[in-house]
Amino acid sequence: MRLMFAPPKIDMPLLQVQNLRTSFHTRNGIVRAVDDVSFQIEKGETLGIVGESGSGKSVTCYSILGLIPQPPGRIEGGKAIFNGGLDLLNCSSKELSKVRGRKIAMIFQDPMTSLNPYLKIEDQLIEPLLIHEKLEREEAVSRGIEALKEMGIQDAAARIKSYPHQFSGGMRQRVMIAMALITKPDLLIADEPTTALDVTVQAQILELIKKRQSELGMAVILVTHDLGIISGFCDRVNVMYAGRVVESATTPDLFYKTKHPYTKALQKSIPALQPKGAELYTIAGMPPDLSKEMGGCPFVPRCEFAKPECKNPVSLVEVEPNHLSACLRIQRGDLTL
Amino acid sequence: MPEAFLELQNLKTHFPVERGLIFKKHIGTVKAVDGVSLSLKKGEILGLVGESGCGKSTLGRTILQLIPPTEGAVILAGQHLNRLPVGELRRARADFQMIFQDPYASLNPRMTVYDALAEAIRSHKEYANEEMPKRVSDLMKKVGLSPRFIKKYPHEFSGGQRQRIAIARALAVEPKLIIADEPVSALDVSIQAQIINLLAQLSREMHLTLIFISHDLSVVKHISDRIAVMYLGRIVELGPAAQVFERPLHPYTKALVSAVPIPDPVRERERQRVLLPGDPPSPMNPPSGCPFHPRCPYAIPRCAEVVPAFESLGDPTQAAACIRVKEINQAGFLAAKLP
Repeated sequence: MRLMFAPPKIDMPLLQVQNLRTSFHTRNGIVRAVDDVSFQIEKGETLGIVGESGSGKSVTCYSILGLIPQPPGRIEGGKAIFNGGLDLLNCSSKELSKVRGRKIAMIFQDPMTSLNPYLKIEDQLIEPLLIHEKLEREEAVSRGIEALKEMGIQDAAARIKSYPHQFSGGMRQRVMIAMALITKPDLLIADEPTTALDVTVQAQILELIKKRQSELGMAVILVTHDLGIISGFCDRVNVMYAGRVVESATTPDLFYKTKHPYTKALQKSIPALQPKGAELYTIAGMPPDLSKEMGGCPFVPRCEFAKPECKNPVSLVEVEPNHLSACLRIQRGDLTL
Repeated sequence: MPEAFLELQNLKTHFPVERGLIFKKHIGTVKAVDGVSLSLKKGEILGLVGESGCGKSTLGRTILQLIPPTEGAVILAGQHLNRLPVGELRRARADFQMIFQDPYASLNPRMTVYDALAEAIRSHKEYANEEMPKRVSDLMKKVGLSPRFIKKYPHEFSGGQRQRIAIARALAVEPKLIIADEPVSALDVSIQAQIINLLAQLSREMHLTLIFISHDLSVVKHISDRIAVMYLGRIVELGPAAQVFERPLHPYTKALVSAVPIPDPVRERERQRVLLPGDPPSPMNPPSGCPFHPRCPYAIPRCAEVVPAFESLGDPTQAAACIRVKEINQAGFLAAKLP
C-alpha cells in the first residue's frame, strides 16, 4: 500500500537499501552472494563499493536493478527505496522499467559485450529516448549526437552511424556512458567501468564521468576492486567481503582511520602503498565458501586479530560518527589498527 | 658494466597483414616490435610496461623464440638464439621459460599436478621413475604448494594456486631466464601479493633473470630493478625502477605515471594529471618520427620528422627516446606550460 501523498522528505536519501539478501540456488547448495546489505546514497554523492571477486559487489547492483536471473538467483529479502517512494525490490516489472534506464542507469565492465554488434550506435543510443521520453526520431538523433559530443567523441554526427566494432575500447565505453546518461538519470551505477581499459584511457573515462556528474548533479555508485580509483573518485566507500559490507566510511576515514582488519589487510597488500621491494603483506587463506553457513564474522579464518568470540554474530555498527564497522573487537574498542 | 646475460640487438617482429583467402594480397605490416635493443645482467628483474597493443607481449614471445624475429638478434649467455638449428634450440629452451597471464588456460585440465610437473621435468632430464614423486613434491614446496595436492587436477585449485603450479612448471627445467607475461593481472589483490612475493623470492634465491611484463605500473615498480616503457613497438624510456616512476623523463612515461591512481585520497587529489588525448594509434600505420607525437602535449613539428634516439640527463642509467628530453625536463618548464 502506498500513501496517496508521499511527500518526499527534504533530506531523504536518493536510494536506501535495507537488508538486501540475494542468493543463488545451485546444484552445490545455496550461495549467499549478498547477505544482509544495507546502505544509502544521497543525491549527487559518489559511493564506492570495493571488494575482491565474489564479494557480492556486482550482485548488489544487479539486484537493485532487477537484473538477477531468477532462477537460479533469488532476492530473499530487503528493500531498496528510491527517492523516498518506489521500492525497487518489491515492485512490478512495469514500475521498475519506468525507473531503470531513465532515473537509474548502469554501465558495465565490458563495452563490447554490452553493445549490440548488429545495430548502429545511433539505434542503441537513442533507444532510451524513444522509450522513456517518447521523442520523435529526428529529435532523439540530435540529442544522441549532442550526447556523443559531450563525451568527447569528435565528428559525432558521422560516428553515430557506425557500428560498435568500428570503435576502440575506450570509445565504446564513451558510447556506453553517453547512452546511460542520455536520459539525465539521478543515479548512475558503474560496475568496473574502466577495468578493461588502459590506464591513460581509464583516466580519461573517469574524468568524463566526474565532469558529467557535476553537470547533471547525479549520484554515482562505482563498483571497483581498485583502491586507487576509490581514493580519487568517491565520497564514501563500502568495503564488501563475502557478501557483506564490513566497513563503510568517508574516503579519507577509510584510508586514514581504517576500522576493519580486512580493509587494513587490503591496503597492506597493494604494492603502491608499500616501500619498493619490501615483502608484501599477504592475507592468509582464501575467501570463504559462500554456500556454507557462517555464524560470525566471515573474515575470522584469515584475520590476524581474531579472537574466539569473533565467531559470534556481528553486524555493521557505527563506531565513530559516520564510520561503520562490522568488526567485533573494533566495536568493543579493544583493537586499534 | 658486467657482461650481459641477455642481449637484444635491434630486434624487430613484423606481421604481414593479408586480405583474401586464396589470392593473398599484402595490405600492410603490423610492426609489433620495431627495433628494440636491450641488455640484461644475470639475476636482474626487468619490468616491461606499456598499454595494450604496444608490443610488450610480442617482445616477450620473440625473446623466447615462440615467434621468429623479422630482424635483429637475441643473445642469451653468448648463444644467438634465433640462429640456432631447431634441435639445438630445443635443448636451449630449458634455459628460458614463460609464465602466462591466465592460469586457467595455461594448464591442461586433464593432467594432475604430478603429470604436468613430471612431464616438464622429464623434458629436460631423465630421472628414474622412483625418483620422480620426490622431485615433483620438492618443486611444489618451492612454490609454496603442499605436496598433498600432488594428485589433484587444476580445477580443484584457486586462481592463485594455479599460478603457483604454472610457476612450478616453469621452474621444473631449472631455467636461467623467466618471462612472466601479466602473471598477476587475473588475480585478486590479496592473491596478487602472494605471487609477487613468490616471484621476488625465487629470483633472489635461484639467481633468476626475470622479465616481468605488466600494464600495472605499481606492481612493476615494486618488483623490478629496471623498467622499460614501451610505446608502439619501441622502448621509449629505460631506467632504474624507482627513478622512472618518480622522475620520468619521457612525456609518455610522465602521462602513464600520472594516470595511475594512487590509493591515498590526499595525494591522489592533490597531484597534477597529464591527460592524454585519444587512444594509442594502430601499429599498422604508426605515425612518422616519434610514434608518440600525435598524443604528446609537448610535440613540435620536428617530432614528426626525426626518429628520436636515446638521451640521458645527467644520470646515464636512465634514458628516454625524445628529442626534447632536455627542454621539457628543465626546472620550470612544466609550470610555465600549465595554465
